[in-house]
Amino acid sequence: MKAAIVVFPGSNRERDAEAALTQVMGKKPIMVWHRDTELPDVDLVLVPGGFSYGDYLRCGAIAAHSPILREVKARSEKGMAVIGICNGFQIITEAGLLPGVLLRNASLKFVCRNVGLKVETSQSLFTSRYEQGQVLSIPVAHHDGNYFADERTLDELEANGQVAFRYCGPNGEMGNGANPNGSARNIAGIFNRTKNVLGMMPHPENAIETLQGSTDGKALFQSMVEALS
Amino acid sequence: MKITPNIVAEHGLTNEEYQLVLEIMGREPSMTELGIFSVMWSEHCSYKSSRVHLKKLPTKAPWVICGPGENAGVIDIGDGQAAIFKMESHNHPSFIEPYQGAATGVGGIMRDVFTMGARPIANVNALRFGEPNDPKTRHLIAGVVAGIGGYGNCMGVPTVAGEVNFHASYNGNILVNAMTVGLAPADKIFYSAAAGVGNPVIYVGAKTGRDGIHGATMASAEFNEDSEEKRPTVQVGDPFTEKLLLEACLELMATDAIVAIQDMGAAGLTSSSVEMSSKGGLGIELDLDKVPVRETGMTAYEIMLSESQERMLMILKPQAMDKARAIFEKWELDFAEIGRLTDTGHLVLKKNGRVEADMPVAPLVEKSPVYERPWVPTKPQAELAANSVPAPKDLLAALKQLVGSPDLSSRRWVWEQYDHLVMGHTAQRPGGDAAVVRLPDMNGKALAITSDCTPRYCYADPKRGGAQAVAETWRNLTAVGAKPLAITDNMNFGNPQRPEIMGQFVGCIEGMAEACKALDYPVISGNVSLYNETNGKGILPTPVIGGVGVLADAAKSVPVAFRQAGEVILLVGETKGHLGQSIYVRELHGKEEGAPPPVDLSAEKRNGDFVRAQIGAGMVTACHDCADGGLLVAVAEMAMAGNLGASLSNPGNSIPAHAFWFGEDQARYVLALPAGNADKVLSAAKSAGVPALKLGETGGAGLSVAGAGTISVADLKSAHEAFFPNLMKAG
Repeated sequence: MKAAIVVFPGSNRERDAEAALTQVMGKKPIMVWHRDTELPDVDLVLVPGGFSYGDYLRCGAIAAHSPILREVKARSEKGMAVIGICNGFQIITEAGLLPGVLLRNASLKFVCRNVGLKVETSQSLFTSRYEQGQVLSIPVAHHDGNYFADERTLDELEANGQVAFRYCGPNGEMGNGANPNGSARNIAGIFNRTKNVLGMMPHPENAIETLQGSTDGKALFQSMVEALS
Repeated sequence: MKITPNIVAEHGLTNEEYQLVLEIMGREPSMTELGIFSVMWSEHCSYKSSRVHLKKLPTKAPWVICGPGENAGVIDIGDGQAAIFKMESHNHPSFIEPYQGAATGVGGIMRDVFTMGARPIANVNALRFGEPNDPKTRHLIAGVVAGIGGYGNCMGVPTVAGEVNFHASYNGNILVNAMTVGLAPADKIFYSAAAGVGNPVIYVGAKTGRDGIHGATMASAEFNEDSEEKRPTVQVGDPFTEKLLLEACLELMATDAIVAIQDMGAAGLTSSSVEMSSKGGLGIELDLDKVPVRETGMTAYEIMLSESQERMLMILKPQAMDKARAIFEKWELDFAEIGRLTDTGHLVLKKNGRVEADMPVAPLVEKSPVYERPWVPTKPQAELAANSVPAPKDLLAALKQLVGSPDLSSRRWVWEQYDHLVMGHTAQRPGGDAAVVRLPDMNGKALAITSDCTPRYCYADPKRGGAQAVAETWRNLTAVGAKPLAITDNMNFGNPQRPEIMGQFVGCIEGMAEACKALDYPVISGNVSLYNETNGKGILPTPVIGGVGVLADAAKSVPVAFRQAGEVILLVGETKGHLGQSIYVRELHGKEEGAPPPVDLSAEKRNGDFVRAQIGAGMVTACHDCADGGLLVAVAEMAMAGNLGASLSNPGNSIPAHAFWFGEDQARYVLALPAGNADKVLSAAKSAGVPALKLGETGGAGLSVAGAGTISVADLKSAHEAFFPNLMKAG
């Protein structure tokens, strides 16, 4: 698998993503600067977390209009795999690769902690190494992760199997403070219709090694490598 | 403009100080010159009240690369790497405008660290607020915490440790002390001494606006009812620009373009240009028309005194200009050549073709006033005999009250608002004794970081309190398995012109110096914040210590959490049942009385070295130092962190039970270890001359104390976790 990470001014988890990809792929991904207009020949583009352009406008709104994102969108429409994590999820959603929007957390506060994450399907290139219904422990770290879409869109996502992950308690339960940000239907991550694009708020790249308190994120990267190699 | 006595007073200069200005200048200064003297000679920039005493602190060790005096201190951590760190206060601005005050405090300290060539890898903050029910407290907490998070989170630097205390003495003067730790190659540290006559002076970063003018002067005066009017002196932070500045500076530092570099912090362009030229023994000439400005019509006075954030001043090699400019253009930051180094020894400022200032640099720095202010020693408090303090009706109910009290409750509400995981190297998270942050590409090597101070001890006995603050950081680093290396100090005190306040300062320094010497633990950087008073009432003396230590392998660090049932719990260190100034006496009896616990530095060293060796040998699975609240609180914290109970036996000595369990004797640690290791560790303790006793074992869902019953860990935890969320949502 060949992978690239798109770096914006204000990205801040690009090195974390680079470390995770390097560890799982056995080679370094290519770092692509936001002013570049062309993508290298890769199988996967990762849009990392951070505060692109400071996020002084709506999160991800400016990055979504950068030249490189136009290229990412065009290639994704031809089938290239794209994963957006945290700010990356906000950016690709703003760019129209995914439906819905990420609002300010219901608590109005930034939240950083490990959350329970229920795998909704193992039928995707991102989640094949997980079991459906498996509960993961993965950290979140965001101020605007409250996923919102109208009821019809949410129903469509459910019907098409586009919900990738939901926030849950340690035993998979949905209530009792399991939802860290107020997301509709506890949605933590979604696919596009063709399932070659995944956006998620939690940070699997920070759950790779024992030292990080959980290794549950590693299988996501392994799934991608397996599918795209 | 004629300089009147009124104008002099408005600039915070005394009549004697102004006479010195006239003597140095040989004429009446211009307004711009007066402004420059004013900020350079402010308490904040000149350390005029504290300098004679700060000299008593030990600052050297074989591993110290750079001690106090630069932007931050530098220590060698082996393998060609250096740790660079410092703590700095942003107390006054945070009280006036909590979000921006705290945010720019974090931004400023990160700049101090990356100016020296380091990538920041961890942030820490030490916060003190007034009483929880003071009408301003909630607003201040909400703003300060959001401001710290807002800046650090955006920068992508994890905020990994810190402390929060409450006390009525901070009602009108909160403390916001921020610390940054960075990592750099030991042979590529950047300093601020200018060199090379004719070399260009380069301004980079954000534009200069009218914000923060006279911030340093504000930070050098007491507050009164009109303090809110000082809001315009608070700067506004832009973490995105700082993130770009960080990346651009590190990219430039990887080349050999830079001769010297200094961030523009307090007193902005004034202090950076004066300090760089004074350290290099050179003159500097600036054309202020070339300074990138945010608004039109700014005067020389305003440009020189602005404290706009996210700016740096550099001296570059002339041949490297194009390369440097390209890097800053890539990051879309201003890059302006605003002057040259000269051999005149003068600071010369030109604007619109007029000379606005022409003043000798050396006397501005060297002749700055130094005061040996009168001081009186703090009157010692009587020791509080344990048997004069009533026992609680129910020991475990008292424990529950303590773990749910403002100073001992969980700080989760605070640190969950800080991104403490970005960079992916956080091995011990907030909530333990010290954070552990692994260093990239160094085979698991890690730094341990903590900040501590017990202000009520410092108030009751400054010398003991100063020593205790240093010793507690040393103990906290030891408790995760790290070898403590050095500290930074943030001295927060009241008005130094009052002899009793100066007495507190002198006492704390004396205690700190003793502890640093005994523990081989030098001070490498620091900051002094005086005049923390409102309407003549000072804060508790608060010398906050930030400690840094090193671990060979992050994976060998231990948490506070009990991990396994059936493990043995040991207590290391001697217990006498010292209740003076304890949280127990304060929370259960509403009194702050008695002398604080004595600090036996040789016991600290002996016990700590022993504990560290046991952790390093892999004998220990969890460790926690005994501090605020005493032994039983320490055990309860380990139980709550691990969601695992314990049963503790009766110590079988003559100390009253409540003094044994809640006394705050120093130099103690609680260890959990597999049963098979207990005898080995106990006999090793015996041969090392370290007091150690078996306290009980882990297991079950409750915490049981022989003779006092059982309380469920979940019950304790709900009290422990409730305080902050309840306070912050209260109507």
